[in-house]
Amino acid sequence: MIKAMRFAMHTPWLVFVLLVLVLFAISSNSVSLFGTNLRSIPEFMILPLSDWAGNALNWFAREASIGSLTVQTITRNFAELVNWPITALNMLLADGIVTGAGFNKHQLMPPLSWLGLSSALVLYSYFLGGRRLAWLSAIGTAYLVFFGLWQHAMTTLASVIMCVIVAAGLGLFIGIASYRAEKVEIASRVVMNVMQTVPIFSYLVPTLLLFGYGPSAALLATVLYALPPMVHATVLALKSVPTEIREYGEIAGSTKRQLLWKVELPAALPMLTVGLNQVVMMSLNMVIIASMIGAGGLGYDVLRALRRLDIGGGLEAGMGIVVLAVILDRITQAAARRQSAGLNHEVRSPRPWLYLLIIFGATGASFLLPALQFWPEKMMLSTAPFWNESISFINQHFFDQMEALRNFSLLHIMNPFRDFLVELPFVLVLLTLGGIAYVLSGIRLAAIVMGMTAFIAVSGFWEAAMISVYLTACSVVIAVLIGFPFGVYIASSPRLLKPASLLLDTLQTLPTFIYLLPAVMLFRNGDFSALIAIACYAIAPAIRYTIHGLRSVPESRIEAAIMAGCTPTQVFRHVKIPSAYPTLLLGLNQTIMMALSMLVIAALVGTRDLGQEVYIALTRAETGNGIIAGLGIAAIALISDSLLKAWAAKKQHQLGVKP
Amino acid sequence: MTNASVLEMNLAGGHLSAPAATQEARETILSVSGLWKVFGASEKEFNQANGTQLSDEEFAAHGWTAAVKDATFDVKQGEIFVIMGLSGSGKSTLIRSLTRLNTPTAGLLEIDGQDITHATPDKLLELRRKSLGMVFQNFALLPNRTVESNISFPLEIQGISKEDYSARAQELVDLVGLRGREDHYPAELSGGQQQRVGIARSLATNPKIWVLDEPFSALDPLIRNDLQDEVLRLQATLHKTVIFITHDLDEAMKIADRIAIMENGRIVQIGRPEELISAPADDYVKRFVSKVPLAKVTRVKHIMSSASTQDLPGPSVSANDTIAEIGPLIIDAGTDIPVTEDGKIVGVLAKERAIRVLAGARD
Repeated sequence: MIKAMRFAMHTPWLVFVLLVLVLFAISSNSVSLFGTNLRSIPEFMILPLSDWAGNALNWFAREASIGSLTVQTITRNFAELVNWPITALNMLLADGIVTGAGFNKHQLMPPLSWLGLSSALVLYSYFLGGRRLAWLSAIGTAYLVFFGLWQHAMTTLASVIMCVIVAAGLGLFIGIASYRAEKVEIASRVVMNVMQTVPIFSYLVPTLLLFGYGPSAALLATVLYALPPMVHATVLALKSVPTEIREYGEIAGSTKRQLLWKVELPAALPMLTVGLNQVVMMSLNMVIIASMIGAGGLGYDVLRALRRLDIGGGLEAGMGIVVLAVILDRITQAAARRQSAGLNHEVRSPRPWLYLLIIFGATGASFLLPALQFWPEKMMLSTAPFWNESISFINQHFFDQMEALRNFSLLHIMNPFRDFLVELPFVLVLLTLGGIAYVLSGIRLAAIVMGMTAFIAVSGFWEAAMISVYLTACSVVIAVLIGFPFGVYIASSPRLLKPASLLLDTLQTLPTFIYLLPAVMLFRNGDFSALIAIACYAIAPAIRYTIHGLRSVPESRIEAAIMAGCTPTQVFRHVKIPSAYPTLLLGLNQTIMMALSMLVIAALVGTRDLGQEVYIALTRAETGNGIIAGLGIAAIALISDSLLKAWAAKKQHQLGVKP
Repeated sequence: MTNASVLEMNLAGGHLSAPAATQEARETILSVSGLWKVFGASEKEFNQANGTQLSDEEFAAHGWTAAVKDATFDVKQGEIFVIMGLSGSGKSTLIRSLTRLNTPTAGLLEIDGQDITHATPDKLLELRRKSLGMVFQNFALLPNRTVESNISFPLEIQGISKEDYSARAQELVDLVGLRGREDHYPAELSGGQQQRVGIARSLATNPKIWVLDEPFSALDPLIRNDLQDEVLRLQATLHKTVIFITHDLDEAMKIADRIAIMENGRIVQIGRPEELISAPADDYVKRFVSKVPLAKVTRVKHIMSSASTQDLPGPSVSANDTIAEIGPLIIDAGTDIPVTEDGKIVGVLAKERAIRVLAGARD
């Protein structure tokens, strides 16, 4: 009886494995079905989706019209309009008010002085986070000034500020609407999920078409990219306001508007600030990519350096972005912490006039002392030559070893695995994924997963998609192989927790591009460099979730196991790992998501996957291809996301934990 | 005749307590009749299914959960009405129906003779701004506002001028003893202090009905005791109509004029504390109150007999004292102890009778 029950529990898997074996046998023998063999996708099934999408968008932009104006006229004028505040902010922070160009250039007003801005920043940092944060801001801004990056950093900052204002405002608005109406929430969640998984490059092509090349197109693409986390954070923050506080607001006699603005939003502020932090980081992450469609500043410096293979120059400008990112991250995080730790009546923010006095005082002084306006070129530092030298040194002395590593991995592991995936019969993949989804969750998930797999197939990007899977899988394996043991080690030694989380935070603040630089420097173009860069980028969540999962195993459960006589290894195996299982799965999922989002960036070093298709489409302005290949990556992400989440949910259910 | 009903007769036949007599004369502020709250069911579905007749199993079969079943009671001006029950008994849902934080599925709810069950949003807003004040279990203070600003919040949103609401907030800060901490934020206060803010805030609009939803459950026993005294002190001067929710029988006994005991969504008994002990309506209530020392809820006036002589020797006791309070005095007293009220001797307490109560004999 018990045997029969045990068998019944495993039946879905058994049936499923049998099915896969049968299918594999059929397809590898080239048995034909309905006149096609099952190995490759029949021609007639591939739909010209890219052409359709491209034509539709072209029509929308060029032909469609509202009244007598075409959509493109409207959007281009809109871009002009958006350009105004960007230019104004840019004048204020970076360029000053200038007339004429070239030799006739004449400055009417200087920009705000670096001394004033950085002093005000240090003061504010001190108020928010004490001496440590103040030092961080001081050193960071000093780097920007002395290495001659200040002006471009301010251009970047201007666009980031604009993006954050627009994305946070819009995200708050959509978030509030979602919170209030369930239907809006469902719709926005679906759209946001797709938006988050579609690679950034895919936004660029339609944005270019509609808004033209320039800062405002870059702004809009960045806003689209940074919007989802803000919407998400807003909904989550509002939902997590304690019921009692909401009820109190009602009992006190608040109108609906008062309830939202005076009770719910203020109570949700700590979490909203976390959302704001995300928006800032996403905007910075987009800086280099946005420079491809017309944003200037540090992003453009890095891009130009990358194109010229000036590794040192790229690294220096890249470090500028990192400095900006770290400062803004720490400041917004400190603000969030201050909110959630509770306000203190003794700590009052310095008066606004003090900041204004510092900023305008220094700017006024810059009329007399031009060095306060722009740091004199003669006194600038540069480390670029040093970096270039070190790279050549490494390449001269360790070339053979590195080349051996690269070749071995490529020839004996990566390429065979890639060929295996590419050769897999389409039907087999489709049914396998569908089967897994069915066993994990049910018919609905199976249908969704198979639908998305079929989409990739009919789009004609099947091979590129499988190469994407191969690159992602290899990188994730490396990330997990390194990240998991590392996480286990840190979780077991509390002293390392703080420095480790600081390191991880910093890793995640680095713009994705930065990861490419060292990889290319050492291993040249190609899949291996891409692999290294992707794995480095994706390793942070693997470590973070491992630590989180292991640390959140209830202490009493561990103590019970120890009292039952478990050795440390047994505690780890039988208590910690099973308890942390769902979290570990979610960490794996996050690692895969990060890897996929890095895929397109990695295309810059010459891969052959979907990311490359998107990148090519961008450079040739092939709207349709860009969108469909981008959606292909999104489909892969969504498939893996829904499968892993279903698995984690199942495990959580078994363990009786609430997600 | 059971023992319990003997005591009941004694209680009733002895002396009608004076407050109970005046209560009859007071006007009814809150009136609840046949109130149901069934989660999952709309008013229409409930009526169509003839919901008042359904059993728990039948509710479950519809996918409904009946949290409050057929609640009926009146609360009078100035009374402290305690709703008591264990968690899941429906007391929280009932209080949320009374304050219209949820909408009752069936039944009638009247405040000051006005039907609230079907009140328009405007009317509800008016009611909450003028007549209701509520204290919450987990304080529910607004984290971004100082003590003073939390207290003045209900006035601020009504559009009252800053001068007026600040002045009122200052009064209330003094009333609950938080002078010196007006500019602190909630996170800087202890639990007891936070709930003092909650109390002050709920009184800001000078509401007629004061609702306290398990206000002291999240606090330490000592602080809880202090705040119970605080509420009694405030009530002695403010004379609000109080609805007080608790799961703590001792707290209920200490504070209540009348207690409603809830079990599984139904009010199983309503009565004065000593009535619940002397005449529990069913086994559930009996088990509940069995641990309460009789001496703590029995007052002198409940068991004294009319004064036969005006000059008894020895110290006297007050008619409103509980037997527990005068315990030490009884030991040294003679067989008959004089009972006074307002300085006059109103009766005699038999020593033996009092000792029986002290010993917990429920005869």
